[in-house]
Amino acid sequence: MIPAAFDYRRAKTIDEALALIGETAEEARFLAGGHSLIPLMKLRFSQPDRLVDIMHVPGLAGIWERNGQVGIGATTRYVELERSRILQDVLPVVAEAAGEIGDPQVRHRGTIGGSLAHADPAADLPAVMVALDAFLDIVGPQGRRRVQAEDFFQGFFTVDLAEGELITEMRMLPRRTAAYAKLHQKASHFALVGVAAALEIEAGNGADGVCRGARVAVTGLSTHAQRLRGVEASLIGERLEEEVIRAAAERAPEGIEEVNDDLHGSAEYRREMAKVFAARAIRRAAARA
Amino acid sequence: MSEKVPVEVRVNGELRSAAVEPRLLLVHFLREELGLTGTHVGCDTSQCGACTVLIDGRSAKSCTVFAVQAAGSAVTTIEGLAEGEALHPIQEGFWEEHGLQCGYCTPGMIMAAASLLKENPDPSETEIRSGLDGNLCRCTGYQHIVNAIARAAQQG
Repeated sequence: MIPAAFDYRRAKTIDEALALIGETAEEARFLAGGHSLIPLMKLRFSQPDRLVDIMHVPGLAGIWERNGQVGIGATTRYVELERSRILQDVLPVVAEAAGEIGDPQVRHRGTIGGSLAHADPAADLPAVMVALDAFLDIVGPQGRRRVQAEDFFQGFFTVDLAEGELITEMRMLPRRTAAYAKLHQKASHFALVGVAAALEIEAGNGADGVCRGARVAVTGLSTHAQRLRGVEASLIGERLEEEVIRAAAERAPEGIEEVNDDLHGSAEYRREMAKVFAARAIRRAAARA
Repeated sequence: MSEKVPVEVRVNGELRSAAVEPRLLLVHFLREELGLTGTHVGCDTSQCGACTVLIDGRSAKSCTVFAVQAAGSAVTTIEGLAEGEALHPIQEGFWEEHGLQCGYCTPGMIMAAASLLKENPDPSETEIRSGLDGNLCRCTGYQHIVNAIARAAQQG
């Protein structure tokens, strides 16, 4: 499969990338790892006239701790997330989810910014970013702005990103007590369902402490990554005993509309699996207390 | 628009340059521009791994990379593994353990294994299997492929 012809430019700075996108009246797209965009181009679902490669922009890739926050650059590849000492230490859920994406070849190329911008309904990292209440730093012709992950994902392959805008960095607070559990679609390794749970557990009692805060998000279940508010509500104020976790996880399908239904899994099956994997994610997160 | 642009890629240690259309995929650059037909096109949809090569030492599916993206990088293909007549330990492993049947997936399997062993020289059987998550064998000869890689790890 041969993509339609396009013009290729490599940007050396963010400003240059924005200018290269802005100067053409035709459809231009940023290119990072290309593992969402290139397959679409090969199918000619996407036919940009220009690609602006941002993989050679210094400072756009990396993982750092600053002012009590963790920052992840947009062009950081999945493999770097998976192996990052910082993430394994203070945000193990990100390393864990990245390690479950696709296969080694995909993890060697794909980037976090690319995955979030593309927003496949079954991608792993959107759910993780929503559960962690991450912010996305975005730069564009109108300047800089910042969006909460929860507001960024709006629908089926639809995100809050205007033409010519570029995600530069994701920022979030450290949270050890967070985990991701996923049912793989065996061929593609996309999530049939994947659940990310980020818990705040009262200190001093390990997993027996009272749950003071919970953000739980699902991917694969519907059009885009969303919070499971019923599950969250059932966890807050409780000690996370097995009955509590099970009862909370039972509420996973609550309020989720347009449940995916395809040859890989019926809507009924996905709703059931959302319960199972919500419980697994919560247990695993609590075990990290 | 579709004008050819110069690319320079270090392929199997040798600097190779050509003028290519930006839409040319790396796998076609290797096969058609450079005549390195050991890298196969299988599914052409980023799943089967037959087109796996190393880019700067890490496995990648060359059907999902444009040649222009690889400019300035080092690419290793199946042709770059053996030293003269001496097979690479992974090739040796496939030979000794009957790691191939029809052979179509073999170059991709070997390159995926090369990437795995580079990072994890002593993998468990489970780690070998996860390392091959991105490669399909339609002869379903997986057990012998796993044995071949385990042997290569021991020999290496």
